Amino acid sequence: MGGYILRRALGAIPLLLFVSIVVYGLLELSPGGPTSMYMRRGTGMSAADLAQVEASLGLNDPLYIQYSRWLGKVVQGDFGMATTSSRPVSDEILDRLPNTLYLMGVAWVVTMLIAIPIGILSAVKQYSKFDHLVTAMTFVGQSIPSFFLGLILLLVFYMRLDNPFTGGPLLPSGGVKTIGQTLTGWDMIKDRVLHLILPVTMLAATWIAWYSRFLRASMLETIHLDYIRTGRAKGLTERIVILRHAFRNAAIPLVTLMALDLPLLFTGALFAEVIFSWPGMGRLFFQAAERRDYGLLMAIIMITSFLIILANLLADIAYRLLDPRIKLR
Amino acid sequence: MRDATEAAALEPGSGLGDDARNPGPAKQSDTHSMARVYTRRFFRHRLAAAGLVVLVLVTLSAILAPYMTQDPNALSASERKAAPSLAHWFGTDEAGRDILARTLHGGRISIAVGLIATGISLLIGTLVGAVAGYFGGLVDAALMRLTDAFLCFPQLFVLIVFGTLIRTTELRVLQGNMIPIAIIIGLLSWMGLARIVRATFLALREQDYVEAARSVGAGNGRIMLRHVLPGAVGPIVVQATLLIAVTIITESGLSYLGFGVQPPTSSWGNLLEGAKPFLQTLPVYAIAPGMMIFLTVMSINFVGDGLRDALDPHSRH
Repeated sequence: MGGYILRRALGAIPLLLFVSIVVYGLLELSPGGPTSMYMRRGTGMSAADLAQVEASLGLNDPLYIQYSRWLGKVVQGDFGMATTSSRPVSDEILDRLPNTLYLMGVAWVVTMLIAIPIGILSAVKQYSKFDHLVTAMTFVGQSIPSFFLGLILLLVFYMRLDNPFTGGPLLPSGGVKTIGQTLTGWDMIKDRVLHLILPVTMLAATWIAWYSRFLRASMLETIHLDYIRTGRAKGLTERIVILRHAFRNAAIPLVTLMALDLPLLFTGALFAEVIFSWPGMGRLFFQAAERRDYGLLMAIIMITSFLIILANLLADIAYRLLDPRIKLR
Repeated sequence: MRDATEAAALEPGSGLGDDARNPGPAKQSDTHSMARVYTRRFFRHRLAAAGLVVLVLVTLSAILAPYMTQDPNALSASERKAAPSLAHWFGTDEAGRDILARTLHGGRISIAVGLIATGISLLIGTLVGAVAGYFGGLVDAALMRLTDAFLCFPQLFVLIVFGTLIRTTELRVLQGNMIPIAIIIGLLSWMGLARIVRATFLALREQDYVEAARSVGAGNGRIMLRHVLPGAVGPIVVQATLLIAVTIITESGLSYLGFGVQPPTSSWGNLLEGAKPFLQTLPVYAIAPGMMIFLTVMSINFVGDGLRDALDPHSRH
């Protein structure tokens, strides 16, 4: 196993290099490059001053030297400064990351709590009314654009429906918590939960559709295998046959899918965060794009690509760990 | 492919299918009867048939939009944010433009982006997958690493960066034009197709009939095009159909964020963006383009599912 992991990890290095070269190339393409900040702000710098700045930043060196200097810093976690806020990119990211992990974590738990029972039930009761309903719902969930769903939720639960006790909107329109109020204890928890409901619904709706459909297919494949019949023949209860024998095996590809989705925890759901003003990574990226902060944009793309490569590796490892039938090469 | 044949043969109620799919002496009527079998299987999937109907209607409304509606860019100072009426079925937007007209014209752009992007993906994906699967070895390894490399970029993020570049550089002249967006989406969406085509080519190239073709002196290009590709058409068609839905959603999302097709050219996505400030007062402004995306995507998904049942029964769940 160790050898396999090492070999796969080494195999990822060319991919990482490729990603970094593309990202650097895009940075070079971006208008103005690193000195555009000075020019845009109209600091009244002369052409000579500008040349001086360029020289001091090493912008006259050959491209490959600039690239390796940049890569050397990136490897140490130094992504430079965000142009618009003049703060280190890593600080900007670390500020936003907890909010994204929080939103995604809750959405993920909700998804699993709903998708797993639905997936199992609709496979066990294949072609029943329940199964047909689930299939129809998954088609809807997979087809509705998440940003449209977000707008509908906003329209219904923030604009149209009122809270019968206070007369205010039923649910808040966005943000992590009510700003300008210091709540404690139970009130704080309530406030937080209310703010979570809409973005989590928007995210989970799509995910539940994908995961439950996937699990249903996977369960249907397992349920007809011989060892399930054996389980029933030796008198196990249906509950144990389904949950312990069938589901455990059907869940193996599910775990792989989860591992592949891990980068989402980091990138956040851009649409949910933008629509519900959630101060996370997705919204950070969106704002950076609006402000044309290419340094910040590229740092996030770079980190996300790394995470995707890592997630692929984890998914393969998990698959092989969980399913001994797959031989390590 | 032998698997697929067996699956088709085992499948209940498709007695006709066995005959058409079993490798055997070619009959004159094969193509004809196979087409009939596929059509029958497709229409047995009722949702797929319904999806096809909706899809035809949506496409017709997009094609005929210029003849059916008023000018989508005609401003009217006296009729701003008008409620739905006989003159303006869906009302008017903040500049007095007819929302129905803008929605239907938006469909022209969104559907065109979906088709162009899918076409580009289809071309690249089939080419990469076919060459990788057919030649195998080093070529395969290199092309599949390239595919992996494309897969490790977060697609939406990269598209947003391209959108930013288009908005802020000399490329600005292109921003009302959907072609560059469609091309970029296409360039970033071919990987799934490439993998599927490769897998099919890997399986098919070992078949006896390929060997037979080679033994009578057919070149690689001819074998790939005339002998192997037809066997891969099923999965390719299914995948490409579903890809149209994905690319339409991608374009809409990108335009919704403001990095796709730029106003005043309307697309379903940028209409939704324009509608957001008026969600409270004029919900139909957002609901019209949103429902169009939803209906179109869902119909395409149904049609894709039906095509999978008809053309690619092996992969059915």
